[in-house]
Amino acid sequence: MDHFKNINRRKFVKQMALLSAMSAAATMFPGIIFAEEQEKGIPAGANLDWKKAPCRFCGVGCGVLIGTENGKAVAVKGDPKSPVNKGLCCVKGYHSIMALYGKDRLTKPLVKKNGTYVETSMKEALDLVASKMKETISENGKDSVAIYGSGQWTIPDGYAASKLFKGCIGTNNVEANARLCMATAVTGFLSSFGLDEPMGCYEDIDYADVFVLWGNNMAEMHPVLFSRLLDQRLKRGVKIIDFATRTTRTSMASDKSILFKPQTDLAVANAICYEIIHNGWMNKAFVEEHCNFSKGLTNMGYGLEDNYAFTDKPEKISFEDYKTFLNDYTPEKAAQISGVSVKDIKLLASYFGDPNKKVMSLWCMGMNQHSRGTWVNNLVYNIHLLTGKISEPGNSPFSLTGQPSACGTVREVGTLTHKLPHGVVANKKHREFAAKIWDVPVENISPKPTYHTVEMFRALDRGDIRFMWIQVTNPFVSMPKLNRYRAGAEKDDRFIVVSDVYPTPTTDVADVILPSAMWVEREGMYGNSERRTQYFEQMLEPPGEAMSDTMQLIEVAKRMGFEKQFYYKDETHIEEIYNEYRKHHEGDKHNMAPLEVLKSQPGALWPYVNGKSTKWRYNAKYDPACSNGKDFHFYGLPDGKAVIWQRPYEPAAEEPDEEYPFWLGTGRVVEHWHTGSMTRRIPVLHQAMPKAYVELHPDDAKRMQIKNGDNVKLTTRRGQIILPAAIDQRGIPAPMQVFVPFFDESKLINELTLDSFCPISKEPDYKKCAVKVEKV
Amino acid sequence: MPIKSYLAHPHSGMKEELVLALSQFSECDIFPSENKDVVILITETATTDEDDKLTEKIQRISSLKLLAMVSGFNSPN
Repeated sequence: MDHFKNINRRKFVKQMALLSAMSAAATMFPGIIFAEEQEKGIPAGANLDWKKAPCRFCGVGCGVLIGTENGKAVAVKGDPKSPVNKGLCCVKGYHSIMALYGKDRLTKPLVKKNGTYVETSMKEALDLVASKMKETISENGKDSVAIYGSGQWTIPDGYAASKLFKGCIGTNNVEANARLCMATAVTGFLSSFGLDEPMGCYEDIDYADVFVLWGNNMAEMHPVLFSRLLDQRLKRGVKIIDFATRTTRTSMASDKSILFKPQTDLAVANAICYEIIHNGWMNKAFVEEHCNFSKGLTNMGYGLEDNYAFTDKPEKISFEDYKTFLNDYTPEKAAQISGVSVKDIKLLASYFGDPNKKVMSLWCMGMNQHSRGTWVNNLVYNIHLLTGKISEPGNSPFSLTGQPSACGTVREVGTLTHKLPHGVVANKKHREFAAKIWDVPVENISPKPTYHTVEMFRALDRGDIRFMWIQVTNPFVSMPKLNRYRAGAEKDDRFIVVSDVYPTPTTDVADVILPSAMWVEREGMYGNSERRTQYFEQMLEPPGEAMSDTMQLIEVAKRMGFEKQFYYKDETHIEEIYNEYRKHHEGDKHNMAPLEVLKSQPGALWPYVNGKSTKWRYNAKYDPACSNGKDFHFYGLPDGKAVIWQRPYEPAAEEPDEEYPFWLGTGRVVEHWHTGSMTRRIPVLHQAMPKAYVELHPDDAKRMQIKNGDNVKLTTRRGQIILPAAIDQRGIPAPMQVFVPFFDESKLINELTLDSFCPISKEPDYKKCAVKVEKV
Repeated sequence: MPIKSYLAHPHSGMKEELVLALSQFSECDIFPSENKDVVILITETATTDEDDKLTEKIQRISSLKLLAMVSGFNSPN
């Protein structure tokens, strides 16, 4: 028996070794094919039905082809027709269909009775959800109920949620987990350009000469896109600069790795602007024609207290004022703050300043999960605006997304408290426009935003919110300062509904658990980082009584008396919702492609105008919405100009001190999708990365006599955790910093993190708090 | 029982020679890419000494330009 076990183990280890090599090869050679191996999993003689879908993991939006046979997904491969990934997949994509078939898939609704979950029918569970919501509204008012969704919601899911809560019930208690990852990108875009989402597209990668990665571990978080960068290096000798707080796989694969102290990217970005202006590298004609200068409030605080409020007050300044402000950020002064050498600051500036080099900036959580995140987004736009390197092929500041539809569902549909599908709740015209399409009285839509995500969970803890419906997300692993928010949800008079596909720490606190149809078990659309909307059809039947989140919302809406607004037919509801949703975005600035176009090709970029995707917005050569008769038109703002912001360096909310002398940063790993609720059920991925760990710098480890695998206790002002040490492994933090991934629900690092946030975007800073490190 | 995976890069135009040379070793499993000049190589040996010797032999193959290790596992059995 042991003999067979050993053979199986060796076979497994060999498969793991092969998988690792295939993943590495795929990163280095985009589009690489190992046909024999990739097709080994396909049953012999199979007559597979291959259908296209966007990958369900991450915001890159790779096109995949899913092979089904006898009602089961049995194979997956990259879609060679997809301009996103050109046939390539990452390790998660290749195993994506296995996430459908975990042994403990939720298939029946569960209702908590006397502390025990009891199976019930979907009809009864939905009846209970609707009646409990009505009862809560009647007793505590409409702002006592809330929905918390996700960047993994499909576009119809988010649209149905927003219409039900904002349009029909009349509360702006609608938020999504993209507040935790992309809200800063939104406020960065809005404050600099007046409109959200990148001006460029992935095709920029094929034209840029230099890539500056701002705190962005692309090799692990966006591996397929990173492989496109490496491919360009092989073909054209482009340069990749990794500017980060930690040495990662991305640093190792880059041409140059520059490390900075946490939070000080603000100072370095300003120093780059100083260098650009003082070396005469500014594109004067572009700046004079297309830019204004502004400053906002400073010393904003960090949102640590309940009911914290902040509204920026922009004030126009002159170019001379801005130039004077930058005198505080000479390379020498910025070097003192950031730990980056003067030489490296000048090198970075020289890449942007060289008129013969096209530069693409890429970023994701490092700049967004940042207590001054909106500012640092503004500063990177400043660099591109000062040099005129923007909105043209290869010159592109590009904010990457983390989730498959953070852009499509949260940012475009507007599933955030202040948003509507078109515009914001505070704007009367926008409310009237939405009310007309939704067929509700305009008075239904409240003009006041209520709670952003952190404040929503604080309101749940306080009792201002009594009913919360959570769909497609796992906040009781992912929220910062987790102990407070989980305890709030567990209070006796709170009612929590969770729609998900697997049991999680979030379903553990639910009063009702609704089993959801996952990905291609239903029909839907996602919108990726480059404004690409992609459609997928229903390819499989969901297990048991599992139902799509869209249909769960429709059924509850009907039970609450909103049959008129939720008129959709079972067979055609996705098409009807999408066609209704498109009405919100009609016009040259945001038109969405018709459904038949999305069905016929691997997605389309909005604005989709005259039968064509718009690849570069604000550039008159490519964007039909430009109407000022000039080469560029930043039409998101009333005067058609972009804003260069004066934003200073300010420290993080909690920095290391004598008692807590290290920085703690958290993040993801390539094998796992966020909180791991799906990927930890894929055996190969789980075995490849089974447990969380704490990365230490080798010098710190040596000084503290910590060896690889030793137990290490981390303590912050909010909690403590014991983790095995990882020294010189996948990533290497800078001295006096530690890094912990958050995918492992048995090691909840967010019990230690701080709920400080960017006062403008309200996005928490998961990258910085103070921690004590001890060998156990 | 060391099990290791590598990316084996051939000299220009010599992928077939490299595949042939590697296939002579019983300790090697080979997975050539269909469309790129790279071969995945998985080695399985009984001891670390054997592993070292095999690596030396592979490094001597004239069609091999670069052997880059991706992962190494030391299975107790």
